[in-house]
Order: sequence, then structure tokens, then C-alpha cells
Amino acid sequence: MAGLAASFGSGAMSNSMDDVAQQAKAFFIIGSNTTEQHPVFGTMLRRAVRFRGAKLVVADPRRIDITEFATLHLRQKPGTDIALVNGLMNIILEKGWEDKAFIEERCENFDEFKATVMNYPPEKVSEITGVPVEQLYEAAQIIAENKPTAVIWAMGITQHISGVRNVMDLANFQMLLGYMGKPGGGVNPLRGQNNVQGACDMGGLPNVYPAYQPVTSEEAQAKFQKAWGATSNLKVGAVVTEMMPGILEGRTHALYILGEDPVMSDPDTHHIRKALEAIDFLVLQEIFPSETSAYADVLLPGVSFAEKTGTFTNTERRVQMVRKAIPTQGDARDDWWITSEIAKRILAATPQRVQPEAPFAGWEYRDASAIMDEINVVTPSYAGITHARLEKGERLQWPCPAKDHPGTPILHTKALSRGKGRFMPIDHVPPAEEPTEDYPFVLSTGRVLYHWHGGQMTRRAKGLLEIYSEALIELNPDDAARLGLNGKNRVRVTSRRGSIEAQAWVTDRVPPGMVYANFHFPEASANELTIAALDPVSKIPEYKVAAVKVELVR
Amino acid sequence: MVNIKINNQSVQAEQGQTILDVARSHGLDIPTLCYHKDLSPTGNCRMCVVEVKGGRFLSAACVTSVWEGMEIQTHSEKVMKDRKLTLEMMLANHPQDCITCDVSGECELQDLAYEYKAVAPSWGTKGTRYPVDSDPNPFIRVDMNRCILCRRCVEACAEIQVRDVWGVAKRGFDEVIVAGAGTSMLEARCESCGQCVAYCPTGALSNKMNYGMARAHQVKKVTTTCAYCGVGCQFDLLVKNDKVIGVQSNPDAPVNGMALCVKGRYGYDYIHHPDRVKKPRVRRYLLDGGKKNREGSPWDWVETEWETALDITAKKLMEARDNYGADSIGVLTSAKCTNEENYLMNKLARQVLGTNNIDHCARL
Ligand code: SF4
Ligand code: SF4
Repeated sequence: MAGLAASFGSGAMSNSMDDVAQQAKAFFIIGSNTTEQHPVFGTMLRRAVRFRGAKLVVADPRRIDITEFATLHLRQKPGTDIALVNGLMNIILEKGWEDKAFIEERCENFDEFKATVMNYPPEKVSEITGVPVEQLYEAAQIIAENKPTAVIWAMGITQHISGVRNVMDLANFQMLLGYMGKPGGGVNPLRGQNNVQGACDMGGLPNVYPAYQPVTSEEAQAKFQKAWGATSNLKVGAVVTEMMPGILEGRTHALYILGEDPVMSDPDTHHIRKALEAIDFLVLQEIFPSETSAYADVLLPGVSFAEKTGTFTNTERRVQMVRKAIPTQGDARDDWWITSEIAKRILAATPQRVQPEAPFAGWEYRDASAIMDEINVVTPSYAGITHARLEKGERLQWPCPAKDHPGTPILHTKALSRGKGRFMPIDHVPPAEEPTEDYPFVLSTGRVLYHWHGGQMTRRAKGLLEIYSEALIELNPDDAARLGLNGKNRVRVTSRRGSIEAQAWVTDRVPPGMVYANFHFPEASANELTIAALDPVSKIPEYKVAAVKVELVR
Repeated sequence: MVNIKINNQSVQAEQGQTILDVARSHGLDIPTLCYHKDLSPTGNCRMCVVEVKGGRFLSAACVTSVWEGMEIQTHSEKVMKDRKLTLEMMLANHPQDCITCDVSGECELQDLAYEYKAVAPSWGTKGTRYPVDSDPNPFIRVDMNRCILCRRCVEACAEIQVRDVWGVAKRGFDEVIVAGAGTSMLEARCESCGQCVAYCPTGALSNKMNYGMARAHQVKKVTTTCAYCGVGCQFDLLVKNDKVIGVQSNPDAPVNGMALCVKGRYGYDYIHHPDRVKKPRVRRYLLDGGKKNREGSPWDWVETEWETALDITAKKLMEARDNYGADSIGVLTSAKCTNEENYLMNKLARQVLGTNNIDHCARL
């Protein structure tokens, strides 16, 4: 969440789900198919709309399920979010609805930002986004009058080449209206997988140590050198979307992958397969053979969540226990044990690397709670979060800097983490790939309610597969008629990178000219088609826009 | 504040509190069936009736607010008789086969019938009116013979899930709960979240995946956190003979309470799927000491002991580091794994290998 970090100094969801659902006067959902991707939070929002009369503005090219509850649905063209948000802010300034006191006291760089927004008058924005001018005014009014409005987004905002800038623009939006640091307001990015938040918090990123301590900082480096007795250099490492091409370019020679399936989840599958074929050594730690395991040299059986003890951190920074319910299956081992054993072997062979007197030089962990004890010492925001406290039933959201600290449900209540919130002038940039004569459709990708990610778990859950048993391509009825589907429903979707065949689901969920596909099924995975165009800062690929052609399979 | 008397004891209550709330907050047990604290009270089952001094009829405690000077009897003879009669009316049209019913042991009707020594009268249908297992939903087993018309499912779907699948059709003796306009649940836009099952007090709605697999007293419950999305719902895993046989709502779950989605509640059967990797595997070429070869038998998997697989892994990672530098190694940690596991992957990359090339699929 590089965008939020730049604006406020923290990249996590600023409020809690419960707080948002109970306190917000209105919701502005942009790029989140909430009821399918975060279903229980989706139902909390549905309840707020139905029983509390909260207003709901949804901006999404597709008629996703939650639009049923929307006061207003804006159907912007894919990849035009910045223009849309700038257009709304332009109207807010025109009408004088901004929170002048908040801007004055708690923000900076307003004038430069304002100059940019002035370039987005409603008529121009309507042209770029395809949203009628009246709807822009209506949306701005709903959001400005219902104080506070919570902004909620997910991958529909981040998975663009402009993802980081999209996020910064939403931060601008909430500062402009003074909706930061208030119950029911804030910026609320919903994290996809169960523990994305925790993986980031724990330093599972190339640019930061645990708790976002930058690897480029000498101070942070010295701290970890002291704690661990050895650490890495000051250079930011490679992200996954750089490691993979690095194989073919001779930069990456070995990969250690824990519980991920890049063949299914990374963009441009064909290219990933080529890269993995060429790697010198790939060790994969997984519970099932996967599309990726076909390329692995060693496969180490880890365990499912039902067999492990530890913690997950949810999208609202809440740290919760995962408890072992059943014995480890077969000869599988705890994932933390496997990692420790590899570490011990390497250190035994090269003992000179580590200063042995450092307090956490070693890898002898009794259990997961002992690992958490070490995390407490080196991770300021987790300093007070122990298994013992969680087992006592305490409810803790980070930052929790001490053993007697109650945790922090809402961020930025007094001041924004970086002191003053910084307005960022953001301009619209068109997506990397736009429709052409040969590839006239826009493809967008994502998940469906009944499946998860690469589908390794949900395709092995019988009932889920029964309800949603194969990849479906959403296609507008007008397009279906034009393609002569005429009751037949098998289509081939082709991009410049690959081609898939699947059943069409003819539905007006998608507007004419757009198709939507998921990546749950290897035989027709959307990532055969997606483009590896990356956001320059976050390196997130543009899953949400690619140009494709659609043909009837005869 | 209002002053009232419950069972001759003076207590203070808040204005607007119901008799049931006040009684329960003082540890007094008034039985309920249709009432659930998460749902709007309807007062239709009549189990919670109490005697209010001066009242002509018994009052339903779940919908009656207290007033100054109110005097209430929660277990008088009249009340007990009335409740028993209510239960017997329900039993008259309810199957008498607890011995084979899936929810026996955690059925609220069964518990109350036992407590009130209610017996099924000789008249009635004894629950032979509707087809058993009447809906094709892959997760939810519908047996309307066991339904006591409490409407909790209707409310759970409307008020928790906000999906309005269930409704009430017909009147009087023929009154029945139906999905949509008498369609299947999925046709009525059911999302298979199982909220209606979680709130059903009897075996009318139960779970297909573990039907007949365990009685309540045979399972161990382990509270844990969902491994699918970032909402972070908690629930209880139901374990019998070291196998996960189901998921049950845990009302104390901080984020979600009783609510879950279809993946969290019903997407657990992958845990025991036969595809699980149960022993370390290495490619044959690694054991033969040959060069990497992705063709034919050198690329076959060979199951090994942990020692062998770990030794090979460590050796190969060191080889890459020594030949091409630490930055030739990439570490992909997992957004599905725990904080503790992710922390160790970060420590392995930075402390042991000396590279910042660590990432995960958060972006994806
Ligand atoms: S499973 Fe969920 S959506 Fe379906 S009927 Fe029950 S409560 Fe409603
Ligand atoms: S039960 Fe559903 S909504 Fe809750 S965490 Fe699991 S996947 Fe997410």
C-alpha cells in the first residue's frame, strides 16, 4: 500500500470494519466487489444500508452484486478511476463542500493539488469515464452531505499501472472532505488473502523489515544486524514480478516458494512457465501439488491452517489466533519448522556469517509462540501482541506497542502518522493496453464468491465446485448477439499473450465491450491473457485491463 | 430506571428493556425458541411466556417491555403448564425420531421438551407432511417436517445476510417456510452462507457435508481463524477422530459473530483431500547426482526422508548464493501462512541468505 504510506505514513486500513459499518453515513465503494470478495463485510454493509439507511455510492464498470443496494451506481470505463475521483473533487471544490479547517490544520500541499484538480471539469471527466455529468454531481453531493463517508476499495483500484496513484487520489479525496481519523470515515483498503496484512507487517516485502522499517535505512540495518547477528544490504530487493523475468535474464537462479502458485496467480502465464522451466533450482513448500509444482525440484509438505498454531492479521490490523485442531497429516511438518531446518543447515555450513552472541542469531524455536516473542522485540507495532494475551481473549489491533497497550482500532485520530497529510497532485493516465481494431474488448479479471485465488483449496471442496464448476466468461448480451452466440456459449478469448476457451455467461453485469474472467481454473485461467505491465511504484500488475478479442467456438 | 419485581424479588431495570433482557441479566432463565439475541424478536413461539400481575393473558417476555411497579412470575404453575402445552403442540407435528436426528444433543426443542417433560400427543401428523432432504443445495439439508415455524431462518437470511431467501407461505395448519416463491434455495438467490442453518433451533435446516457423521457430544471444538479472505472471521472447527468434519459459528467471534460465508463455512473439505502431499519429494536427478534434466525419469518424483530433502534444499540454495551471489535467490513467502511463518521467511532471506529478494502475492 505504497500510495497510502506516501499520503499518511501508514498503508493499512485506517478504520475497523465494524466501525465503518456502524458509523459511516455513507459508503463510497470503488474497485471492490465486496459481497463476493469479502463476503461477511459485504453483508455488514448491506445491513447498514437496509436497516440504518446509510447511503451507498458504487463506482464499478460491472454491475456487481452490491450495486443492488446502491443509492447510485457509477459505471466508469475500466482504468479511468483517477479521472473519476478528480472529477468528483472538482465538483466538491466548485460547490465549496471541502473541509477547510481540516485542510488548513492537518494537511499540506493543497494549492498544487488544487491546480491539478482544476483540470478535471465535469464535462471532460464525463468524456473520459463515460459517466454522465448529472451522476457526477449527484455522487459528489451524496458523499459531501453524508458526513462522514467511508471510502472502501480493493484490488479493483490497486491492480492497474496507476494503482499507487489511484490510492493516493482516494487519500486526497478523504482529506479534502475531512473524513480522515473519524469514526465511520477513513481510507479502507480491503486486503485480499487472509494474511496479506500480516505477510507485509512481517517484512515479506523487498523494501522493508518487519513493521515497515525500510531496508534502505542504516539505522534499521544496524538494528537487525544487532538482533540477528547478520542481515542484508541496503538495497531494495526484487518483487515477484521482477524475480520471474530475472530467471530468463540470468539474475535469478534459485527460488524458495512457500504456499504460493505463481503459475496460476501471476500475469502472463505463458511467460512464467518459460521462466520456471529455466530456473536452476526451485523448492516449493505446499500442501497440494499445484501448477507450479510441475517445475519444482523439491516439494516439501507443509500443513493446512487446521494443523497449525500461530496468528493471522486481518484487513483491519486485527491479530487473531489460528489453533491446531488436528494432527499433522502424513509426514508433513509445521511450516515454521521446515524453514528453521533449512536455515539451521545453511548456518551450520557457513557459521562465519552470523555473530553468534546476537540475541536472535539462532533458530531454535520451541513453538510458534516463541517466534512471536522474538517478533515482539523487533517489530514495534507488534511489541505488545503475545499468544498469551490473545489466548486470554484480548482483542488486539496493531499498533500495540506494549504488553499493557489495548491496541488501536482507528488510526490517525489525532494526527496522521506522518504528521501532516500530504495532498498529491495526480493526473489520469490511460491503461497500458487499450482496445484496438484487432483486440476490441477490454478484459478485466478477478475472483468469484465460490472460489479462491488459484483454486487449489476450493477446487478440492466438493460443494463449492458443484455450485461453480468451471471458468465462466462474463459477456454482455449485445456483444453475444453480435458474435452470433445464439444459444451456443463456448467462446475463445485471445490477447496478445495467450488464449483461453470457456463457457460464456451472457449477462448485463458487464457493459458492452467488456469481458470478465477469473483465475480459479487452470484449464481456462485469465492469467493466460493478462499483461505484465506493472505499476511503477508498487509493481502490481494491471490485472484489471487488457485488450482481447472474443470469438465463438464452433 | 424502573423498579419491578421478578419472582417476588425487587430489581431495577432500564426503561424500555424487555422482561427477557432483565431476567437474563439477573441470571434468571426464561426459555425461548423463536427468540435469538441477534435477531428481531417476534414473540410467535410462546415459549417465553410469563405471568404479569393484573394481566388477563400470559405475556411473551421477549416482546414485552417492563414498566414501573411491574410484578412478574417466570415459573409459576400456570406458566409452566402453558409452556408444556406449547411444546406438546409442536411435538404433535414433529418427527419422534431424535434417535436418528442429526442435531440430537444440540436441539433446542429437544432440550426444552426434556426439561418440561413434554410428550407428543396421540393426535397430529408426527412430522410426515413434507419430503425429507427436499432441496438440492449442496451444503444445506432441508427437512421441513422438523420445522417449528419459529422464523429464525427467515430473519437470519433477511437481517444478517440481507438476502431474503426464506419466507412464510400459507396459514394455519398448512403454514410452511419456503424458499422464494416455493423454488429451490439457489433459485431464490441463496448464497449458501449457512446463516439460516446456524440459527435454526432444530434439525429442520442442517448441514449436508457432515450429515450423520457425529453427535454434538462426540466432537471437539477448536476455535480458529478462517484461511480464505482478509475479513478474518473466526469459527469453531468440529473435530472427530482427528478429522475436521465441520465448521460451526462461534457467537463470540470478534469480527463476524455468527456470520460466515460459503467458503469459510463449507470450504473445508480440502483439508483431508487425498491429493495432500504427505512426504517430501525430490526429483530423481538430485539423488543420482546428475545434472538437472526435466525430461523422462530423471525428472520423476522420489519420496524421501526429511533429512535428505532438507539437506538437498540447503545445499542448492548455498550453491546459488556461492556461485551467483545472495541476490540470485528469490524468496516468496505466503499471504496464506501465519505471521510467525512469514517472519521466519523474512529472517531466512535477510539473515541467513543475505538478500532482500523477498515478496509474496499481496499484489496479486
Ligand atoms: S444459506 Fe444464507 S443466503 Fe441461503 S437461505 Fe440460508 S441464510 Fe439465506
Ligand atoms: S468466512 Fe468468508 S468472509 Fe469470513 S474470513 Fe472466511 S472467506 Fe472471508
